[in-house]
Amino acid sequence: MDSLYFLIPIAVVFVALATKVFFWAVNNGQYDDLETEGRRILFEDDLQGPSSEPGEKEQ
Amino acid sequence: MTSPCYHCGLPVPAGSNHTVVIEGTSRSMCCPGCEAVASAIVSGGLDGFYRYREKQSDRPEQSQPQDRWGAYDLPEVQQQFVHDWDGEAKMAALLIGGITCAACVWLIEKHLGQLTGIEKVSVNASTQRAQVVFDPEQIQPSDLFEALERIGYRPAPATAANRESVIQSEHRAALRRLGVAGLGTMQVMMFAIALYFGAGSGDVGEFERYFRWVSLLVATPVVFYAARPFFSAALRSLRARHLNMDVPVSLAIGLAYGASFYATVFGTGEVYFESISMFTFFLLLGRTVEMRARHRAGLASGGLAQLLPMTAAKFAGDEITHIPVAALTEGDRILLRPGDTVPADGEVLEGESGVDESLLSGESALQQKAMGSPVYAGSVNGDSSLTVRVVAAGRSTRLSAIERLVERAQLDKPSQVALADRVAGIFVGVVLLAALGAFAVWWQLDPSRAFWVALSVLVVTCPCALSLATPAALASATLRLQELGLLVAGGSLLETLPQISRVVFDKTGTLTRGEPRILQINLIRDDWTEQRVKDVAAALESQTHHPLARAFRSWRGNLAASQLKVHTGRGLEGHIDDVRYRLGRADFAVSKPEKAPEGEGQWLLLADDRGAVAWIALGDKLRESAPQAVEQLGRMGLSVELLSGDQSGEVQRLASEAGIAHFRAGASPEDKLTHMRQLQSQGEAVLMVGDGLNDVPVLSGADASVAMMSAADLAQSRADAILLNGDLQVLAQSVELARKCRRVVRQNLAWALGYNAIALPLAVCGLVPPWAAAIGMSLSSLVVVVNALRLSRAKSPEGGIARRAPDLQPGFAD
Repeated sequence: MDSLYFLIPIAVVFVALATKVFFWAVNNGQYDDLETEGRRILFEDDLQGPSSEPGEKEQ
Repeated sequence: MTSPCYHCGLPVPAGSNHTVVIEGTSRSMCCPGCEAVASAIVSGGLDGFYRYREKQSDRPEQSQPQDRWGAYDLPEVQQQFVHDWDGEAKMAALLIGGITCAACVWLIEKHLGQLTGIEKVSVNASTQRAQVVFDPEQIQPSDLFEALERIGYRPAPATAANRESVIQSEHRAALRRLGVAGLGTMQVMMFAIALYFGAGSGDVGEFERYFRWVSLLVATPVVFYAARPFFSAALRSLRARHLNMDVPVSLAIGLAYGASFYATVFGTGEVYFESISMFTFFLLLGRTVEMRARHRAGLASGGLAQLLPMTAAKFAGDEITHIPVAALTEGDRILLRPGDTVPADGEVLEGESGVDESLLSGESALQQKAMGSPVYAGSVNGDSSLTVRVVAAGRSTRLSAIERLVERAQLDKPSQVALADRVAGIFVGVVLLAALGAFAVWWQLDPSRAFWVALSVLVVTCPCALSLATPAALASATLRLQELGLLVAGGSLLETLPQISRVVFDKTGTLTRGEPRILQINLIRDDWTEQRVKDVAAALESQTHHPLARAFRSWRGNLAASQLKVHTGRGLEGHIDDVRYRLGRADFAVSKPEKAPEGEGQWLLLADDRGAVAWIALGDKLRESAPQAVEQLGRMGLSVELLSGDQSGEVQRLASEAGIAHFRAGASPEDKLTHMRQLQSQGEAVLMVGDGLNDVPVLSGADASVAMMSAADLAQSRADAILLNGDLQVLAQSVELARKCRRVVRQNLAWALGYNAIALPLAVCGLVPPWAAAIGMSLSSLVVVVNALRLSRAKSPEGGIARRAPDLQPGFAD
């Protein structure tokens, strides 16, 4: 049971760290636009196809 | 009927020949606007957009005067939205209308990125803002605007940037508080479980003291950081000598924290850290949802349709110079080209033209202006150029007069005291008296227990359930309404909607689409077909900015006309295949006209050299949902009325078509407001639905108000809610949901008060152990929250309605 005396402070320190990271994320604008960013990677990937040869689709 | 327009999803009228080849397949388009946008997207190599997007795009506006963006390059205008960036580069803050999903962000970023001189583009879909970093040596702001318009969006300078940054910092602060409260609650709950198992033993053991100290450590930031808004709001309300819900909330949090702190330090009594944290977290959650909905509505109406242009073309001698509108003074001579918005009140010096004043008066027909007639700021010049002498600019225009009328109307708006706030006042009084009474009685019986009994009275009756009752239900109903397509902007809408007894509609743009359509074609000559009439009329109308020309835009380009001439207020003429055609008023088209056929709408006559060819009836069409909406509202016991600024017989026709028995035509903004006051003094509660600037005073003065998505900006910002998809049936569903919401709030309040009525006497008698108090509190809060959540599962509308709604759900982060 004595281990609680140092395990719990460690837990509290982790919570403090988590809060700090969360604050950083919020202040950095990570939560400002939740709709677009998740999908962006899909768009970027596919862009290589159509846009590298723009003439192809146009005839 | 062929397949719908591939770009905007609206039906393609028969005989329209606009197509674009997208990813190898030919797709049909409904109008030249969509065709131009789609081909601009394809030629930029960005046709992947059509694969990624999840919603149809907005239909682009008709082509506008070419050089309309040039004004944004003037330094005086630029300083409002262009800021310095690193070194040489500048950053333009833009507001972009028409963003429907994440693919739009991709399209905008890629399309702008292809221009030379653009360094960085970042677009935020939820706020509809873009920041573009560009090199002023290589590219001008007007090029950005033009590029955005070409791919079908409606750009505007984000001059309200300050307001946006306020919203952003408020939103971030709310998220941070929510995070602290959430993480804190999880931790304290964990320690509380340990405490529950050790509790009841009477004396405080070593471990128990340890856990109490740790809980204190974690709960302190929750109380002093996360719960601070409640304390400051309570302080404000006390200063205003008015008790609202924040007072008992702060009292409960403050006292419970104070007592637990005392108990921890001196090793006696009981601690309530877990209850405090959980309570704070739930309350913050409700408020954040509500705040996000409000901000969303604010941003949606953030200055997209600007009422006045930013610059005016002023004559300096014979030269024309572009000056900012703010610099216009009385006596200046200005030039208005077709399609220009009038920047100031004035008097016509030269020229004749039809001017669209529908925004100001609700009148749908163009007003003919000749030498000496007055023109008003905010109206739009129709078919030919005018020279105007400025009579009043800035604050003295008629437009500003309407804005002032709005301010006055808003002051007189029937005020709504939230039900929970009324209950709160009584509740706080009763609880404080009970606590004092218990303390006094126990002081006589057993002084050592007096303090703890008084405290347990306060904690047990902690207004958790009571103060969650309303916000939980409102938040859940607000989210549901958003899914249905109604964006709630004013906090009191859900409380006023159930009391509504009368719904008043505006005509143009609200009950109708606000756009002329061909209602009927009567052929006079046998060898002509309706299709040919449409093609010829479209070719003749192809160059004008007259509002009626919109009715023909689907068939534009099927035939080509030359030598087009506009006879203002009378009609058009032009040559097609060497035949001279005239289209317009009957006495203009032929020399000896017959009487126009009987029937609804505005009749135009098409004629060639040999005589009359066909009659064309144009008119505004009802929204498809209007008759059902009126019927549903009637079935719910509400009376429906049509109040229009329009003088014509159209009002009566549309009223009977929609099934509305009461209607009034030709009402000025002042008349509308007086009429509304009259209704209100007869004890009616009025829901006003409108879109034009002339409706704004009424919207502000009504008990509840809804503006259409296409509404004038000012109308949107003054309304309690914005109808996103133009489906009027949502109104009936909203009223029903609001009624259900009111029922849920009452159930919740009844439950919370009932729980307290049982717990209070027990606590006064000193019979409630702390663990029971904590469980009772949490349980009663949970019942209230779960009951409120039932609202978000309310019956969904029958298919196909919420076409654009899902992108407006707040993406919620916690």
